[in-house]
Parts: sequence; C-alpha cells; structure tokens
Amino acid sequence: MADEHGRKWDRCLADTAVKTVTGLGVGIMFSVLFFKRRTWPVSLGSGLGLGMGYANCQHDFRSPYLIHGRVVKDQ
Amino acid sequence: MLRACLRGANATARNNFGKTRLTNLQHCRHYTAGETSGGGAAKVVAAGLVTVGGGIGGTILYAKWDNKFRAAVENNVPYSDWLLGLALGPPSPKSGLPIKKQKELAQPPSMMDKQTNVSKAKSEKKVKEAAESPASEMSPVPIQPAQSIEEASAEATHIISAISEVTSVPAPCDTEGAAVKAVSASLEESLTSSAKATLQAIGAQEAALQAITRHTLKLKEAMEAEVPPQEKSAQWKDLEAALADRTGAVNDAETALSKANEALDSLKSVIDKSKGLKVSAVRPLVLAAEENLHNMVVDLDKVVTKVHSAESEAKIVSQYSELVNEAKQQFQREVSSLTPEIQANWKGLTGKLSSDDLNALIAHAHRRIDQLNRELAEQRVREQIHIDAALEQQKLEDQKALEKAVSTALQHIKEEARLEQERKLSELREVMEAEMRTQLRRQAAAHTDHVRDVLKVQEQELRVDAEQVLSSKMLEQETRYRQLSQEQLDNFTLDMNTAYARLKGMEEAIDSHVVAEEEARKAHQLWLSVEALNYTLKTANADIPTVPLEGAAQAVRDSCHDSDFALALSSALPEESLHRGVYSEASLRARFNSLRSLARRVALIDESHNSLYQYFLSYLQAALLFEEKQEAPPAQLCSEDLDPFKLLSYASYCLEHGDLELAAKLVNQLRGEARRVVEDWLTEARLTLETRQVVSLLSAYANAVGLGTTQAP
Repeated sequence: MADEHGRKWDRCLADTAVKTVTGLGVGIMFSVLFFKRRTWPVSLGSGLGLGMGYANCQHDFRSPYLIHGRVVKDQ
Repeated sequence: MLRACLRGANATARNNFGKTRLTNLQHCRHYTAGETSGGGAAKVVAAGLVTVGGGIGGTILYAKWDNKFRAAVENNVPYSDWLLGLALGPPSPKSGLPIKKQKELAQPPSMMDKQTNVSKAKSEKKVKEAAESPASEMSPVPIQPAQSIEEASAEATHIISAISEVTSVPAPCDTEGAAVKAVSASLEESLTSSAKATLQAIGAQEAALQAITRHTLKLKEAMEAEVPPQEKSAQWKDLEAALADRTGAVNDAETALSKANEALDSLKSVIDKSKGLKVSAVRPLVLAAEENLHNMVVDLDKVVTKVHSAESEAKIVSQYSELVNEAKQQFQREVSSLTPEIQANWKGLTGKLSSDDLNALIAHAHRRIDQLNRELAEQRVREQIHIDAALEQQKLEDQKALEKAVSTALQHIKEEARLEQERKLSELREVMEAEMRTQLRRQAAAHTDHVRDVLKVQEQELRVDAEQVLSSKMLEQETRYRQLSQEQLDNFTLDMNTAYARLKGMEEAIDSHVVAEEEARKAHQLWLSVEALNYTLKTANADIPTVPLEGAAQAVRDSCHDSDFALALSSALPEESLHRGVYSEASLRARFNSLRSLARRVALIDESHNSLYQYFLSYLQAALLFEEKQEAPPAQLCSEDLDPFKLLSYASYCLEHGDLELAAKLVNQLRGEARRVVEDWLTEARLTLETRQVVSLLSAYANAVGLGTTQAP
C-alpha cells in the first residue's frame, strides 16, 4: 500500500510531464502552424498539459476518497 | 618385426628349453636321488624289519623267563597267546595261593614216592647185592644170607616206613608255619641222609658179616676137609680170595659205619635244634624223628654186634688155623730136617724112602710121639688151670660184654621208654585237647542256647516298646502333618487372594498407565505439532513470509481431534497465514520504519483535504516538523496523542520494544491518507498478531495437557 503512493506519484509525474510536453508540443505546433510562432500557444499548450496532468494527479490521489453514487429512481 | 618376433620366440623357446632342461635335470636328480633314496628306503625298511624282529624276539624271551609278563602280553596283545604258545609251549601254571598248597601237597607225596622209590631201590639194590653176593656161594650157606636178607629187608622197610611217616606228617601240618616247614624239611633231610647212610652201613656190615662167615667156613673146611692135593691149592686160593673179600668187606663196613654214625649224629643235632625251637607243632615230627633215630641206632648196633661176634669167631678159627698151620710147618721142618730130600707130601712116599730113612723117620716119629705124649700129659695136668684161667678170662670178657650189652640195652630201653613216654604224653595231650574241646563246645552250645533265650525275651520286650513308641510317634506325626497341611492350605489361599488382588491392581494400574500413556503420547504429539507450528513461524526471513502454515496446522488438527478447544483454536488460524504465511515482527518493524516517513508526509491528507496543494503542505510539514523518533506511549491516550506524528513515534517505540500489538493499536488510530498508507502493514501486523496468539494459545494448551499427563514422582 505504501508503494501505491509512490507509484501514484510516478504516474502522476510522468503523466504530467507527458501532458505538458504534449501540450507544449501542440502549442508549439499551433504556434508554428497557426499562430505565426507566437509564444502564447506554447504556453497555452504547456499550461493545458500541465493543468491536465495536475488534475489527473489530483484525481488519482483523491480517488480512494471519491464516492461514486448512483441515482436510484423510484419505481 | 618378423625377425624381432622370431628372436623373441627363440628367446622364449630357449628359456623354456633351458627350464625344461633344468627340470629334466631336476627330474634326473630326482631319479638319481630316487635311486639313492630307493637305496635309502631299502635301508630304512631293513632297519625297521630288524627292529621289529628284535622286539618280537626279545618279547618272547622275556615271556619265557617271566610268566607274569607273558600273561600281561597275552592279555593286551591279540593273537600273542597263539604266537607265544607256538614259540614257548603252553604256559606253566601260575603260582597262586590256592594252587600253592596243591603244589606243596603234591610235593610231599611225590617226595614220599621219590623217597620210597629211592629207598626201595636202594634197599632192593642192597637186597640184590646181598642176594648176589651169597648167590655165588648160595649152596653152602643159604640160610644165613637169607636171614640177613630178611633182616636187611625188614630194616629197610622199617626205615622206609619211618621216612614215609616222617614225610607224611609234615604234609597235613603244612599250614602251621614256615618254622614248622623248615624244621620238617631239615628233619626229613637229615632223616633221609641218615637212613641212607644207615642202610648202607647195615648193608656193608651184612656183607662184611657174610664175608667173615664165609671166610671162617672156608678156613674150617680147609683145616678139616681131606681133599686131594690138587684141589687143596684151589681151596687155598679160594681161601685167600675169601680173605681178601673179607678184609675188603670189613673195611667197607667200617667206613659205612663211620658215615652212618656221622649221619646219625647230625640227625641228633638237628633233632636237638628243632627241640630247642619249642614249637608245639614240631613235637610230633621230632618224636617221630627220634623214634626213627633210635630204631636206626638199634639196628646198627645189632648188626655191629653180629659182626663183632662173627669176627671173634673168625678170630678163634683163624687162631686155630694158625696154630694148626704152625704145627704142621713145625712138623714139616722137623721131617725135612731129618730127611731133607723128602717133600712135604709124605703120604704118597711109601716106595721112595730107604730103610734108614724109614728108621730115622720112625725113630723121629717115636720121639715125637713121646714128646707129644709128655706134652699131652702136661697139658692134661695143666688143663684145669688153663681152663680156669680161660674161664676167668672168659668170665671177665663175658662180664665186660655183658656190661656193654647191658649198658647198650639199658640205653636202648631208656630211649624207648622216653620215646614211649613222649608218645604217651602227646597222645594224652591230644586226648585232653579233644576232651577240652568237647567240653568247651558243650559249654559254648549251652551258652548259645541261653543267649538265644535271653535274646528272644529281650527281643519281645524291645519289640513291644518299639511298637508303642512307633505308634505314638506316628500319631504325633499325623496330627502335625494334618496341621501343617491345613496351615499350608490356608497360607496358600491367602497368598492366592493377595496375589489375585495384586494382580487386579496391577492390571488396573497397567490399564490406567496405558491410558495415561496414550494421553501423554497424544499430548506429546500435540505439543510436537504445536512446536512445529511455532517453528514454522520462525521461518520468516527478512522480507519473506513464513511458509504456509497449512501443513503444521493440519498436523495440529490431526493430533488433537478429540480436543474441541484445540480444534477450535487450530481452525481459528487466519486463512491468509495458512495459505501464504505471516511476516515476522522484524520485517514488520523494518517496513514500518520506511512507512513512517511516508505516513509523515501524508499526515495532513484525509477525505476532505486531499488536493495536491494539501499534499504539498503535508510534505512541507513533514519536512519542517521534528518529533521524537521514539516516545513511550502513555497508559491512556488523550486527544493530543492522536496526532499522527506522535502516534508514529509511539508506535515506533513500541515496535522497538517488541510490542507489536500496542504498535498496531496505535497505528490503528491513524486517520486519513496515513491510515490508507499503513493499511497493509496493519493487516499484516494483525495477521501476525492473530497467528501468534493462536499459536501461543495452542502451545499453552499443549503444555498444560502435557503437564497434566506427566506423573508426579
């Protein structure tokens, strides 16, 4: 169980890194392609990526505490 | 290569050949040695044969010499009796005691026979001699020799009987003793010798007597008979021969007499010696010997007297003949002096003489007649005186002879009387002995009768007493026996009962023992299985759990299927431990240390605070907050103590001090993410704790059961 924390962190970081880099890449690409090499898509992309990663990481860490409820319709 | 092979073959062949030569030589040597050994063998065989032959020969010789050895050999070596019989003849009779007497008994009769034969032969010889000597001149004097023969034979038989008596006497008394035997033997010897000598002397004397008488007769004949001259010379020659005979016979008689006297003296000395021994059994022998001696002496004396008388007669006759011869010779001388040419034989001279001679002769004759007449007258005158003188002489001589005869007769009679007395004495003694014996016998008989009667009476009395005693004793014995048997029976039943009870007790004890042992065995087994289980708990290494406890648990379950408690306990073991095993405390401890840092880092995260920012904050907290590594937990936890850091330090302390349970309890107080992080560890710890508890309970139970089954000394 203790390992999971570590594993989570690994995943998290890896994921974040990947996402960031991907975002960066997409940003760069967009910036290059569409936005005439402006920096804002790169930072957007990286930011998007980072944010996504962070959100995933957080979700991953929160997952044990999340309660998945279902709406039970009457009748 | 071929050459090499050939060379090799040659070498081997040479070697073999050489060897065979050697062996041949050896064989030859053997042969030669065999030959020499053959010669040697022959020598050995010869030596052996010689030894064997020598041994057998020596044995035969020694067996011939020693009968006992012969008997021994015959007994021990089979077929030796055949060989010895072949070589030596049948064995002589053994000198054993029963045969001894026979032998000795046989001896005296044989001796007797021998003696009788010898003496008979001697006497016969003597008789023959005596018969022969007069046989030559049987016709003139048959009577006297016959008389002498008879006398001689009588004396001989007398002496023979004496000898036979003497020899017969010792035979039955042989059992008396060696002294008696010796005495008897000596007596016999001397008797025989003296008898022989006496017989010889008597014979010689007889012969002398006869010779003398013959001579005397011849002389008388020669004196008186008127025979023609040619026979006269023959007669004179006969006379001379007879004279020679007589002298010879007389000498022989004298020597024989002396010898007989010697023998008789020796016999006397022997008799005296034996008398001096004073052995009673010898007395009859001595007596007999003395009688014989006396008889012999008497005979000898008789014969000697006869011889003397004959001699005296012969002397007279010879004197007469001498006188006559002398006168004749005188006359012859005178005649021859007168007529020298005339020969002695004057009777046939009638025609030869002249008248002068005749005249001279007649004158001489006349003168002679005158002279003779005168001598005759003178002789007649002196006759009486001469006769008286002669008578006187004769009386003297007669006296002497009488005295001598009287003395000898007296001696003889004394001797006879003494012998008679001794004989009578011995007879009387015998009679007395016999009478005494009869009296004693009678007395003994009377005594035996009396003793018998007394014994009978005593016997009766004793029998009665004995029977009484016997009956009383028997009764006593009976009662005692009955008592004893009863006692024995009681004792026996008692013993049997006790034995039975003891047996029963022992059986029960044994059964209980068996049961107890069974229990003990089971407890032991349980204990062993529990120990095994316990041991399996130790098999946990650093990070590896123990072996699955399934086997050990099964063993425990098997070994306690009659104890519910144990069964329950063994089934209370958690599944995880059975299938996977449990972690050791050390590994948990080590894990905890690593977990602690993690738990510290996520200390602020719980259900509500679980964003990444919170994560960052909790990390910061963990980095900045320092707590005691280990802190002793209080007895009771208050709310401040529920701080994760504190709890972790308490738990650490507990773990360090080996109290996993408390550590687990404290760790159980963690909340939130920290709890989630240590959840594993907690379950593991719980598992371990559970298992350990169960095992300890089981072991305690096993110990208790084991202790319960052990028997106090």
